Amino acid sequence: MSEIAIKSKAPREPLFSKKNKKLITDPLTDNNPVTIQVLGICSALAITVQVSQGVVMGLSVIFVTVMGNLLISLLRNVIPSKIRIIVQLVVAASLVIIVNEVLKAYLPDISEKLSVFVGLIITNCIIMGRFEAFAMANKPWPSVLDGFGNGLGYAGLLVLVAIFRELFGSGTLGGIPIFGNSLPGEESGLYAMGYANNNMMILPPMALVIVGCIIWVQRSRNKSLQESH
Amino acid sequence: MESTLDIFVKAIFSENMIFAYFLGMCSYLAVSKTVKTAVGLGAAVIFVLVVTVPVNYLLENYMLKAGALSWLGDEYANIDLSFLSFIMFIAVVASIVQLVEMLVEKFAPALYGALGIFLPLIAVNCSILGGALFMQERQYSTLLDATAFSLGSGIGWFIAIVAIAAIREKIRYSNVPAPLRGLGITFIITGLMGIAFMSFMGIKYGKDVKKEKAPTTMVGQINNDKN
Repeated sequence: MSEIAIKSKAPREPLFSKKNKKLITDPLTDNNPVTIQVLGICSALAITVQVSQGVVMGLSVIFVTVMGNLLISLLRNVIPSKIRIIVQLVVAASLVIIVNEVLKAYLPDISEKLSVFVGLIITNCIIMGRFEAFAMANKPWPSVLDGFGNGLGYAGLLVLVAIFRELFGSGTLGGIPIFGNSLPGEESGLYAMGYANNNMMILPPMALVIVGCIIWVQRSRNKSLQESH
Repeated sequence: MESTLDIFVKAIFSENMIFAYFLGMCSYLAVSKTVKTAVGLGAAVIFVLVVTVPVNYLLENYMLKAGALSWLGDEYANIDLSFLSFIMFIAVVASIVQLVEMLVEKFAPALYGALGIFLPLIAVNCSILGGALFMQERQYSTLLDATAFSLGSGIGWFIAIVAIAAIREKIRYSNVPAPLRGLGITFIITGLMGIAFMSFMGIKYGKDVKKEKAPTTMVGQINNDKN
């Protein structure tokens, strides 16, 4: 039995061939959906005040990109091209409803903090961008990998921004104090020496400045990504 | 309760879609290279927001909200369809955008020429769905309030994209470090503009606001709105 199974698989591409691996690793660095493709910034930055929110948001987006890419890829031959946008929106919206209901049931605190931004995953450009650019033209398995890679690239950036903002804005990581106790009157650690949190980091505009700096670092390391204007 | 005018002014300045919530950033970054196209997209956003938010408001209050179906009869009073709101809102937005596109093409070809290519883009603009979701979350009490909110949000978005486009046109003449050119500097400028716009938060709206503790940060402001 096993021999037959192997033989029948042999002419097919292995599941994690070089090409397929590239689908996952590319979006993490040189083709990052946020910093290079400029997709999906909309719903992302307002919720990076805490790492935990960033992680939950990232996982939700990974789920939607993977499942959505799979569904769209399976349906790609039966979707009429004129109404494809609406079909894609309906697939995305159904998946986001699932995510939202699960979050409400198991993580009510975080769900409340994310508020409308869970719903906004639907119009997250990454989702529509990957549906349109990849899943409509590729087989299910590469589409799943592509969805996973792009979701991961997005989640990675969210968490990175959230780490900066939470560490310097509230002095904690994932809710755990890093620099000591900051309560007035009972300071310890760095706070006892006169360190103060940078409240500016909590404000929404700083997320943009942090992403701008990440882009700066990335593009100064990889000159081919630089724009002329 | 806030007055309609307060809601309108607040939506333009202190709760600006771009600077406070980052909604519609994708098209904001992609279409802000010249002022002309920015004006076109901004106008299209105002238009679509003003049409879709009131429709979604009616849908929310007469169909989706818990107990909203009670006008059908007592046996429907306990039905809560709010889990369907995402899919209903996005369907309304997508179909209205399609409808508006056809109507504008038929009856106002000149306007279509100006807005044409932007209209399909707008169905997936976060600020449109965001407008509907904020309307749902904030529970505006009348249709007028919801319309004022949508008009204000649209105007705020318009101001933001036209301003950044004007800055980007001028920044071509400056010596920006090579890795920051294009996207990077646009992000940072938007951040700085956001900080400037936050100064509008100190404005007191209406009379009864004074009783509340003034929020010191935007996070505080967002939390207050939730309560």
